[in-house]
Amino acid sequence: MSVTQLLAGKRVCICGGSGGVGKTTISAAVALGAAAEGAKVAVVTIDPARRLANALGLLVLDNEPRRVDPGALAVNGTGVRGELWAMMLDSKRTFDELIDRVAPTASRAREIKANRVYRELSTAVSGSQEFTAIAKLYELEQERDFDLLVLDTPPSRNALDFLYAPRRLAAFLEGRAMKTLLRPTGLGVRAVGRGTAPLLGGLRRITGVDLLADLSTFFGLLGGMTESFALRAAKVQKMLTAPTTGFLLVTSAQREPIDEAIWLRRTLARIGVPFAGVVVNRVHHDMLSGREPSQLAAPLAEEIGPALTRAVAQNFHDYHVLARRDQGNIARLRHALGGHSLLLVPYLDDDVHDLEGLWRVHRYLFSPEQERERLIAEVVA
Amino acid sequence: MTELLDRRLIFITGKGGVGKSTVAIALGLVAARRGLRTIVAELHSQERVQGTFAQHGARFRELELVPGLFSISIDAERAMEEYLRVKAGAVGRAVGASRVFHAFALATPGMRELLSMGKVWELAQLHRRTRGAAPYDVVIVDAPATGHGVGMLRTPKTFAEIARVGPIAQQGRQIAAMIYDRDRTAVVAVATPEEIPVSETLSLRESLEHEHLALDLVIANAVYPTRFESDQVGVLERALARSEEPLARSALRAALSEHARTQTQRAQLDRLRIGLNLDGGVIELPFLFAETLDRAELERLADLLEVQL
Repeated sequence: MSVTQLLAGKRVCICGGSGGVGKTTISAAVALGAAAEGAKVAVVTIDPARRLANALGLLVLDNEPRRVDPGALAVNGTGVRGELWAMMLDSKRTFDELIDRVAPTASRAREIKANRVYRELSTAVSGSQEFTAIAKLYELEQERDFDLLVLDTPPSRNALDFLYAPRRLAAFLEGRAMKTLLRPTGLGVRAVGRGTAPLLGGLRRITGVDLLADLSTFFGLLGGMTESFALRAAKVQKMLTAPTTGFLLVTSAQREPIDEAIWLRRTLARIGVPFAGVVVNRVHHDMLSGREPSQLAAPLAEEIGPALTRAVAQNFHDYHVLARRDQGNIARLRHALGGHSLLLVPYLDDDVHDLEGLWRVHRYLFSPEQERERLIAEVVA
Repeated sequence: MTELLDRRLIFITGKGGVGKSTVAIALGLVAARRGLRTIVAELHSQERVQGTFAQHGARFRELELVPGLFSISIDAERAMEEYLRVKAGAVGRAVGASRVFHAFALATPGMRELLSMGKVWELAQLHRRTRGAAPYDVVIVDAPATGHGVGMLRTPKTFAEIARVGPIAQQGRQIAAMIYDRDRTAVVAVATPEEIPVSETLSLRESLEHEHLALDLVIANAVYPTRFESDQVGVLERALARSEEPLARSALRAALSEHARTQTQRAQLDRLRIGLNLDGGVIELPFLFAETLDRAELERLADLLEVQL
């Protein structure tokens, strides 16, 4: 299995996993690979390293995908047959644009954007980045003619946040809980002020009236829009669970990210988001194949002297501590996933931050099985 | 500046995957060695801290890992239940039992953060509102990733501003007063010597200053040892070119890769140091070549922190 097969028939690919495992790099390499095969692909990145952003031509930040210069993409004679587009998500702007879209009039949109609950909602609050990432993905899926959209997910500690945070925020915007509390709509403040129902009395004691008043004003402004939000949320949900969507799990081979990957895989199954496969990034492969680092000493010492040989041997030994760790964790992942093939990307010498690096990663993702085995053997021996 | 461990509240933040939790426990061990009653509070309930010490199932309970060092995993829902029980008595219990209220409170953006911060604040009080709870000298917060971290620190103030009056505003102001007091609260960033973590640390400092908060200490984690000097690279390369023995070739290649990575790390460390220009400088912790991080490794990191603090 290569990414080509994993993403066959997919129009949306979501790259998710723990923080710090290389999601941005993998999502860019996936998009590059699909473009190389002839597709028109857009990658939505969240916060790429500056050099990677430069490599992808992410200089004009207008919250819209821009085509990456095909000439710049061609490295060592390998180019792309399709088109690669890239954008960097501007979370605040995406939120504002969503309001512009959904608001009945421009002046209402302005009022909402000036509301203080909205301002906090769209910037400071965690979950807003996750929410807007999905909103942007949906917009691109509906309105543009890309064959494949690749989404890099926001850097959060817990990969599950990505799946739950947008729902929480969407539920808030739909105002379901608020409607129940502040019925009749728009008269919330009065109802709370009178403190009729014991629940509202308690709420007032606990939260303070002004917060409810502000929220009530906010929902007053949203007015009939809450239904549009609900409708939209339902459509987004449909997109996320459609067979044309695939969640590509990205992990490193360390214990915690692997634990989280296993957990994430189960959650995907529960909430009905189609699972596409797993990329294990930065793997330390075993280079010993049963031999001992001590066998190294004699022949090398003649070449480079005893002191340097000791340093080389110690380094080799330390590397294999990590290789053993990685192999153990990968075996655990394989066992938990039951037969699903894993794509392994080795630990490369350097951070991947340019197109050449992306092409290097790309080979481990898109080459046919045998070729990938050969590539890994090349790293190992 | 007040010494780091003289502060009651220490927030540890940094990009995902840089080892925040590990550093938080190592710092906790240092504090406990100095006789300070210390708790490491993990937000988001992933149970990583307690997992290291092979004691499971504790979650929202203060659990003693080693003498003087406790841990707790804070989740918003439990924090809310506790808050309602303590603050609002019978009404609180009634409201807390209402599903509508749960849905409302936890769906309100920022409320989860506020509730979690409220619990962190409670842990740091001399007079704990949790009945029978003993006070801590130091509360170390294993905080969310950098970007969300500042948002989290800001949350109590944000709520105080939005709510203006009432208990939430009052509580928000109380918590914010502690967070913004540099004699009582410190912010520590953890970064690995790689491009994005370094960039995030530099911009974290800016956003903290923008918020009238300060970055008190930066810890560069997982720093590779310098095993090879630059003038040895040529020797290794020539040996690789001549050698036909597969094992020797693998080892030489591993050595050259390691050297390249170390060079990249040194460059990023320089960038971090120059960019920060901090009084306290940057503390370095080594990369640990270990299959799992057990107690011995954590104690070793604590040793290294202790001499550098």
